[in-house]
Formats: sequence, C-alpha cells, structure tokens
Amino acid sequence: MWKWLHPYAKTERAYQLCVTLQPWLWAGAGVALFVGTLWGLAFAPQDYQQGDSFRIIYIHVPSAILSMGTYVAMAVAALVGMVWQWRTAYMSMIAMAPVGAVMTFIALFTGAAWGKPMWGAWWVWDARLTSELILLFLYFGVIALYGAFEDKQQAGKAAGVMALVGVVNIPIIHYSVEWWNTLHQGATISKFDNPSIAPEMLWPLLINLLGFAFFIGAVTTVRLRNEIVLREMHRPWVQALAKKQVKGAQ
Amino acid sequence: MLKACELTCVKRDRVLFENVSLAVSAGELLYVRGPNGAGKTSLLRILTGLSTPESGTVLFNGEDIADSSLSYLSTLLYLGHKSGTNGSLSALDNLRFWLAQHQVKCEESQLFDALMRIGLVGLEDVPVRFLSAGQQRRVALARLWLKPADVWILDEPFTALDVKGIALLEGRMKSHVERGGVVITTSHQPLSEAAGEHSVFDLEYRF
Amino acid sequence: MSLYQGVFKRDVHIAFKQKAELLQPLMFLLMVVTMFPLGVSPSPDTLQRIGPGVLWIAAILSSLMAMERMFRDDFQDGTMEQYVLSGMSLAGISAVKVCVHWLVSFIPMLVLSPLLAMFLNLTFDMYVALLATLFLGTPLLSLIGAIAVGLTVGLQKGGVLLALLLIPVFIPLLIFATSAVDSAALQLPYYPQLAIIAAMLLLALAIAPFAIAYSLRVSQN
Repeated sequence: MWKWLHPYAKTERAYQLCVTLQPWLWAGAGVALFVGTLWGLAFAPQDYQQGDSFRIIYIHVPSAILSMGTYVAMAVAALVGMVWQWRTAYMSMIAMAPVGAVMTFIALFTGAAWGKPMWGAWWVWDARLTSELILLFLYFGVIALYGAFEDKQQAGKAAGVMALVGVVNIPIIHYSVEWWNTLHQGATISKFDNPSIAPEMLWPLLINLLGFAFFIGAVTTVRLRNEIVLREMHRPWVQALAKKQVKGAQ
Repeated sequence: MLKACELTCVKRDRVLFENVSLAVSAGELLYVRGPNGAGKTSLLRILTGLSTPESGTVLFNGEDIADSSLSYLSTLLYLGHKSGTNGSLSALDNLRFWLAQHQVKCEESQLFDALMRIGLVGLEDVPVRFLSAGQQRRVALARLWLKPADVWILDEPFTALDVKGIALLEGRMKSHVERGGVVITTSHQPLSEAAGEHSVFDLEYRF
Repeated sequence: MSLYQGVFKRDVHIAFKQKAELLQPLMFLLMVVTMFPLGVSPSPDTLQRIGPGVLWIAAILSSLMAMERMFRDDFQDGTMEQYVLSGMSLAGISAVKVCVHWLVSFIPMLVLSPLLAMFLNLTFDMYVALLATLFLGTPLLSLIGAIAVGLTVGLQKGGVLLALLLIPVFIPLLIFATSAVDSAALQLPYYPQLAIIAAMLLLALAIAPFAIAYSLRVSQN
C-alpha cells in the first residue's frame, strides 16, 4: 500500500506509527515484566532438583527465544525492503539489530551464570549456548557491515543481504551444532529433563516472554524514530518537528 | 530520444538534486555543468541505469530503461571515471574483450584503425598499467570509434588528455552529433568551438 | 554462452599473470599448519586427533585472504560497470568468476593437501575423506564468500570485515567436514556428512549467483 504513497510520506507515516505504538509497548512491557518477574522469582514453586537457581529461566529462556525471533524479524524486514523497496523496512531492520544482539548477550550471560551451579563451569560448549554464540556473531556481522558504509541506504541493502544469508544459516547452524555436541560430549544435562513443566512455573515464563517481546518492540520503535529523524534531517516535516520540540522545551 | 523525468538523487542522506528533468533529442550534445559534489556523476550514472534514483524515471524512446534495458544498453556507450580496462592486459586484449562482451562485431583492421586514430600505435601490446594516465584514457576512448552506439554518456572524458587529445575527442563528439547521435558529457573545462553547438545543463550544489 | 567463455578465459589469463597473489594464501596455509605441531604438540597421536580441524580451519582462513581478489580488480578499474552495461546476466558472470576463483585458488590447495596430511600424520582413509570434503566444501566457500565479497568490494577496508561476516556462516561446513574425517579415522562411514555438505553446495549453487549479482548491484549503486 505504501508503495503508491508519495515517498516522503513513507518515513513520516512510519514515524507517526512509532509515536502511536510506543506508549502501548512500554506499558505492556512494564506490566508484563513486573508481573512475570515477580511471580517467577517470588511465588513460583522451587524446582525439586535445582532449587532456586532454576529461576533464572525467567530471564534466560525469553531472551534466548526472542534473540532468534528478532533475527528472523530482521530478515523479514530485509526481504520486505528488497522486494518492495521500502526504505523504512531497512531502517527498522537496523533498528532491531543491536536490540537483538543485546538479547543474545543476555541469553549467553544468564546461560553462563546458570551453568556455574549446574555444570560447575562458567562456560560449557553446550549446543544451545554455542548456537547462541554464533547467533551473536551473525548479529555482529550485520551491525559491522551496516556501520562500514557511509551511504546508509546502500548500507541497509547490504546488511539486509547478510541478514538473509544468516537466516538461511540459522537452522543449519542450529542442527549442525546440536549434532556436533552429541558427537563430542555425550549428552550434557538437558535443561528440560522432563518436558512437562508445572503450570505454576510456566505461566510466569509466558508472561515474561510477552514482556520481553513488548520491551524489544518498544526499544525498536525508539531506535527507529531516531534513525528516521537522523536520516531524514533534510525533510521539511522533520525540520517542522524539530522546531515544535524546541518551542515545547522553552 | 533520452528523457529524464523528475529525478531525485540522495547520497549519504544528502539530497544531491531533486526533481531534475531533462530531455535530449537526436543530434544534440548536452554539457552537464556544476561544481564538485553537485551530483554530475550521479546524474550520469542514473541516466545509464547503473544506479537507481530515489524517485523519477529515465525514458529512452518513450520506454522506461528499467523495463527495456537490453535495447537501451545495445545503443549506449558509457565511459566513467574508471576506464574499465584491466591493467595487466594489453590495450588490444582489453578492447577485444570489451567488444565481445558488448556483442559488437568488429574487424581486426577496424580495431587497428581506431588505435591509430587515438594515437596508440606501437603501444597496443603493452600491458595497460605501464601506459601513462593520458594513454590509459585513450585506450578507454578508443571505444568511441568501435561501438556503433547512438547514446554516448561520457563522464569527465577529458581528464588526463593533452591538448591534441582534447581536440581529437571534441572533433569526434561533433561528428557523432552531426550524424544524429546523442552525447551527454561533463567536464570542468568549458567545451571549445571544436565540439560544435551544445546545450548546457546546470546542476547547483545544494546544502 | 561463448560470451561467458570469454569471461572465463580472460579471468584465468589474468589470474596467471598475478601468480604471487595466488601463491601467497597457499604459503599462508602451509605456515599456519606448521605452527600447530610447534604450538600444540608434535606427538603423532595428538596431531592425528586435531589434524582434520586444523586443516579445515587453516583452509578457511587462507581462503578468506584469497577471497577479496575475486571482484576487487574488476570493481576498481571499472570493468564491473561495463559488465553491467553489456546486457549480460550479472548472475552468469558472477557464477563464472566464482568458478575461476575456485579453480585457481582451491585446486592448488588440493594439490598441496597430501603434504599437509603427511605433516599432521593423517591415515590414508582420513586423507581420502579429507579430499572428498575439500572437493565438496571449497566450492561452497567460494560461492558463499562471493556474496560477502560483492557486498564489501566497494569499501576501502573490507578485509577484516569479510572474515567477520563469513566465519559464522562457515561454521556448519567446518563441523560436518571435520566430523567426516574423524569418522574416517574410526573406520566409520562418512557418507551422511558428505551428503549434507553436498546438499548445502547444491543450495548455494542455486541461490548464490543471484545473491552475488544483487550484492554487486548494491555496491555499484
């Protein structure tokens, strides 16, 4: 639909969309994270094997799931940008990249912190952790490639190609690492020995997952707004917006 | 013959030019003028189809060049800042290869004739990187005598050429225009009388 | 078709005029492999155990060094512009260039491989497996690498960036290739690994030329 709109309107519309969505996303993130984290950390029952240390899954699992989800979302944005030539699609892709990288880092960090009591070492070459580490490298590649170009429009397209190459590779990497892991180490302690997790434990996890998703959305809209304003500085509507902001501050 | 409608070009988030329209008809030499950084090269590259404009279209005989690129490319000759010759190959090899890629049928005698006109006789077997800058430019320019193209888009063709070379090139442009061809060129020096009549298109530097 | 043959001949011709650029990555490969017995342990058992991994890592690293020259010269001297304007399919040209790159940079590596296998005390079975993985895996390196080279060719300092982009993508290949050689060491069948590498190669063959053409256009813009 946007393709037929005047090209100037595209970024402006996207900006307006971000402005509208942002409070809702922040509110959703705040409520869900508060409820989920509190429930998970204080009220959910202890695990019969791992005691209280299992509670880190309320951070670890949502961040791990969404680190992959964000990468897939980036690839979708890149594909949209490539097919329909939307500049805003590339912009939102690059707005997501560092957020996803931070999620990956959180997943790695909490995974390592969890590994210390469980495996007795900060870092074990566990299949999931290794895939996350490689995912982090993929994020680094996209961000570095984007940063290397001076013409940011070209940069968006190039980073988009790399994001797509990466997303084709994610399943291959995932399965290869899993297979490699079983070959080299034998089965390590699987995090979910019993697949059925008690519902009192599961609910806070799902709520936190939602909260993380809202949070990522909120940070992405902030970054996208910044990106649009930075890139479209010369457009009249951005200048009008800036004037309005300055007046509001005085 | 060649028409550009409402071209807008953005590079590095700076608008180089906005809503630029121009039309060139058969038998016309268009001289694009403007200060450094005004977007002359970008404009010419958009006209060839090498880069895509932010908005706007380029029409060749009424058809968008993005849609009917093959018929346009077969009659287009573009020479950019970069000569398009490989340094470790000789002038002769470079030109032969280029002709084959552009599917131009050309007799060996024609090739030597072109090299003679451009003043490269005796240097045709030397790897291009051993030639001087002006001679390298001449190798690139030899294409003007080889490909029967109607539309010439020449970006700074006079760079590194000596006085004689400039006169030769201007003469060649004039005769091409007289035969009904189109030349679009940029240059920092104004064109002399030898280039014949020409129209001027000014690009301003925008902040 | 003869047009693409022309590109092939020209590229091979130019490659042989730049022999030093072809030999340097090979020497690098040789030297990296030499460092392992010195740095880890010269004991034949250890070498045999780490050998497949060392060889493949060294091969990937040295291929990263040779990768850049695939499009660099053509891009810098403007030949790429003229390719785009010649009306030939850019995907076809990319495929030919990748093919030439593989021939001139990986065939010599295959020739060198018996020596490296000897250095690392690989058994004959392991060497056969290694050769098979190299045959199937190195074209994959060239194809995927070419996408990233196409993206970074317009940048001034693309060297390290290229490694940054490609190493994570090459990890599955590394895993499957080394495990194939490991299986051969234990006299186990290693067809599954070869089949997976071949599948990845076929996938790359189908998609990569278009991705390379697209990235070259992005760089050209």
